[in-house]
Amino acid sequence: MEIKKIQTPLDDSTVEKLKAGEKVFLNGFIFTARDAAHKKFFEALDKGEELPFDMRNQIIYYCGPSPAPPGRVIGSCGPTTSGRMDAYAPRLISLGLKGMIGKGKRSAAVKDALRQYKAVYFGATGGAGALLSKSVVSSEIVAYEDLGPEAVVKLGVKDLPLFVINDMYGNDLYEAGIQQYRR
Amino acid sequence: MREVHTDSIISAVESLFIDANINLSQGVFDALDRAVEKEESPVGKEVIRELINNANIAKAEHMPICQDTGLAVTFVEIGQEVHVVGEPLSEAIAEGVRRAYKNGYLRKSCCDPFSRKNTGDNTPPIIHTHIVPGDRIKIVALPKGGGSENYGEVRMLVPSQGKEGVKSFVLDMVTKGGPNPCPPIIVGVGIGGNFETSALLSKEALMVPIGQRNPDPATASFEMDILDAINKTGIGPQGYGGTVTALDVHIKMLPCHIASLPAAVNIQCHAHRIKEIVI
Repeated sequence: MEIKKIQTPLDDSTVEKLKAGEKVFLNGFIFTARDAAHKKFFEALDKGEELPFDMRNQIIYYCGPSPAPPGRVIGSCGPTTSGRMDAYAPRLISLGLKGMIGKGKRSAAVKDALRQYKAVYFGATGGAGALLSKSVVSSEIVAYEDLGPEAVVKLGVKDLPLFVINDMYGNDLYEAGIQQYRR
Repeated sequence: MREVHTDSIISAVESLFIDANINLSQGVFDALDRAVEKEESPVGKEVIRELINNANIAKAEHMPICQDTGLAVTFVEIGQEVHVVGEPLSEAIAEGVRRAYKNGYLRKSCCDPFSRKNTGDNTPPIIHTHIVPGDRIKIVALPKGGGSENYGEVRMLVPSQGKEGVKSFVLDMVTKGGPNPCPPIIVGVGIGGNFETSALLSKEALMVPIGQRNPDPATASFEMDILDAINKTGIGPQGYGGTVTALDVHIKMLPCHIASLPAAVNIQCHAHRIKEIVI
């Protein structure tokens, strides 16, 4: 299987080349954020405050890692189910967020935002927390440290293995896959 | 009468939960190897290779296979000739879990149902106890993640729904889950007993080794029939599409009330973590 190497920050020309079903190795920096952090992002936006990091061309990883053993950058860090963040994603995409990594289906509103603003949704393999942690080379808490595993952490990643689930053209790997293999 | 001190139970429980979270058993490795061969989708094959690779890395580096190190489901078979001494058994098991989740750098994933405040130490464990003949204590640790558990259900079917009703029920839950329980899954089906027994049977069904069939030929055949139907849904590894959605289906049955057909489905993800010890 051919695997594309891509780099953050993600620009439009990279997103335009990604199609649902492709495997990629991601290099650069991503930001973890899940339920509680997204709630805080929106509280900040509602108050007219700045977000803890500039989301333009960045990627959010829906992940709450297990504790890092001594001497390790991170513990097991597989994805959590993305659907719970569907309510928040479209607005963040409109503000320039270029990618999200998680697992599970996204809503129509999220998929529409991917098309409208040229962004992409990647799948990290659920339950492959040890494998994924091998691609994390650095970890820096950026915001909301009090949230523990739900803090926003900037992760340096090298060849993080991901599948494109939803591209900017409306293709959906979950839908296409099940259609192809249903007997 | 044979005395067993709870100190040995605490240390056994601690070891079992760390071991289960880090070392995928050979039976599951073998099932994943077979699944790579059997899976027809290139993306699906790639995913299963990642899962095998992941389990190897976890074992080599002493890291959890998945960051969701689960709630501490513990089955205990106590021989009726055993006299447990020391502290109360349930507290000893809880202490073993507490130590495992601390010393093993496992994630604490237990919280209050409404406030969602984390209990801080992954207790209380979920303990199922059976008294059996003999003078041994058998402990089985089955750390169970939330993603797969969320697609379990108990249904009080109508007797006339019969086998087809049970099969539809299983397919319903598998389809509803889709990618979310992290396929390829293992499905435990409990049939009969009572409302609560059927649920427990479905979890006990997950402890049957992959590839082992129910001893009753008709039930064994029904297991294979359901497995085949699940693999025809096309959901595939991680729900990306494919021909291996489930690694196995196990059924456990008991007689039930003449007016009822209780059925329960418990889904397990590919990170099928289970270790046991006999003290």
